[in-house]
Amino acid sequence: MSVVPGPSSSLRHEAVSFAGVVERNWYLIKRYGWWELAFFFWSLANTLTIVFIAKGIKAAGGQIDVNRATTTLLIGAVIWSFLGLVFEFMTETVAWERWEGTIEYTFMAPIRRPVHLAGVGIFAVLYGVLRSAVLFVVIALMFGLHMPDANFLAAAIVLAIASISFMGIGTMTSVLPLISPEKGAQLGFIAQGTLLVISGVYYPVSVLPGWMQWLSTISPATYALRGIRHAILDGAGITSLWGDIWPLIIIGVIAFPLGVWIFKQGEIYAKKHGKLKRSG
Amino acid sequence: MFAVEVDNLRKEFFRRDAARTHMRKRRRRVAALEDVTFTMERGECLAILGQNGSGKSTLVRLLSTLLLPDGGTATIFGHDVVRDSRSVQRLVNRVSVEASFFKKMSSEENLSYAARFYGMGPTETREKIPRILSRVGFPRDRKHEGMEHLSRGMQQKVALARALLTSPVLLLLDEPTTGLDPRSKLEVQDFIREVRRTHDATILLCTHDLQEAEILADRIGILDRGRLIALASADELKERYKADTLEDAFFSATGRSFEEEDEDAERGVFA
Ligand SMILES: Nc1ncnc2c1ncn2[C@@H]1O[C@H](COP(=O)(O)OP(=O)(O)OP(=O)(O)O)[C@@H](O)[C@H]1O
Ligand SMILES: [Mg+2]
Repeated sequence: MSVVPGPSSSLRHEAVSFAGVVERNWYLIKRYGWWELAFFFWSLANTLTIVFIAKGIKAAGGQIDVNRATTTLLIGAVIWSFLGLVFEFMTETVAWERWEGTIEYTFMAPIRRPVHLAGVGIFAVLYGVLRSAVLFVVIALMFGLHMPDANFLAAAIVLAIASISFMGIGTMTSVLPLISPEKGAQLGFIAQGTLLVISGVYYPVSVLPGWMQWLSTISPATYALRGIRHAILDGAGITSLWGDIWPLIIIGVIAFPLGVWIFKQGEIYAKKHGKLKRSG
Repeated sequence: MFAVEVDNLRKEFFRRDAARTHMRKRRRRVAALEDVTFTMERGECLAILGQNGSGKSTLVRLLSTLLLPDGGTATIFGHDVVRDSRSVQRLVNRVSVEASFFKKMSSEENLSYAARFYGMGPTETREKIPRILSRVGFPRDRKHEGMEHLSRGMQQKVALARALLTSPVLLLLDEPTTGLDPRSKLEVQDFIREVRRTHDATILLCTHDLQEAEILADRIGILDRGRLIALASADELKERYKADTLEDAFFSATGRSFEEEDEDAERGVFA
């Protein structure tokens, strides 16, 4: 007697589970629709505080190409907001499930953890891309920015490749609410800030002290920011961006499996010490 | 092959002492489950009776792969809960005291999310979810309402539906009727009986309710401070402890009254 289905149905099973994660997140976003709008205005305000800096320097008598400087800052601010969304969304998924108590049901279901986490991550990235794109367009229009040479397709490809690493880092941060439900979710912000400060979010990496410059070489955000700026400001294509793309591929290939491995360790710890339960 | 085979199963938790020694809070290991051994036949309904903190939920969590044991083994239809957890997960589902749903999502959305992880696609759930919801007596017109608007009894029915949706061979029920009003309680109990009749399901039912155990289960296990001190049919238990009622049998077996939910200082009941 065999009560367990065979491996033939396994691939379909993974695909359905994966779609389930995406579907669930869609339901939640739908239910909290008005909050989306409120948070969008918050990120808009945040981004504006940065983007006005270029005009401010000019007004103070600085010699600066306002259009180029504003676009440079805008790209940094939009990536900042994008990473914030991705990390927050990924940590939040675990924190939220813990809060609702559904995490026990998710963790006792026959789903492979990499599939589960990839589902969460890909949704977070798509959602982040959508909101960041709107943010970018709104501000570019507000400032009447000219981007005559921009190669948006190349920029999107760089972002997509970088997102594999971002998903990996997001997975690492999402392990924390598993261990500390109250404070763990905050760690997304720490990861976001640390990553961006060493990656030249509003300045070239060359202005950083030596040890930070060294760190910037292993940060995927460094290559993402530089590649996207190159594509949007100078119209660089994929071939001239290769120098930023190959490090992203290498970091991504390491970061996502590493993230899943770390998450798995967190899960084992939680199952050893009874951290998944809320009550009963 | 047994449906469930538990051998010397043991689980400990760290517990912080209130008292400090040398400026540090002491941590002690406290056994929630000690050397529990039993088997279940396919199709059997076994009730586990025990006071608060006796280890009922710990046992259920070990069998549903939510906790890793500190000793002993447990197998579900021959699959080890630690080494072969994915096979176990496909066979098992669970209903706990707390319904645990995404409050803003509707019952239908919650159920389809849960079903996806068991490989059930949209075509399948579109057909199965309404059917199972109507079987547990869930009103049709409320299936788009957020869970937060449903009563506890209603939520518990959706929880039963969630567990059955995946056609589990082993159904773990952890106090499924605790906190329900008498009517909802009867409805849920009726439904459990119906599931036994119509599904090929083996049921482990943890409960505080002696009557519930007596009417639903083939055999009753008494769990006391993490130890399984008796396991037999209700009649056999009464005979063994020379008692007229199950309550008296429980009293004789544990050496205290069933109602007497004393805070057991040594074990530290905070479950
Ligand atoms: N996750 C956990 N972390 C620490 N201690 C735990 C944990 N889960 C259970 N315990 C302890 O293990 C013991 C058994 O708890 P368990 O929840 O299994 O009891 P129970 O029989 O289900 O009780 P109740 O009737 O209150 O639900 C208790 O002393 C409890 O405090
Ligand atoms: Mg319990």
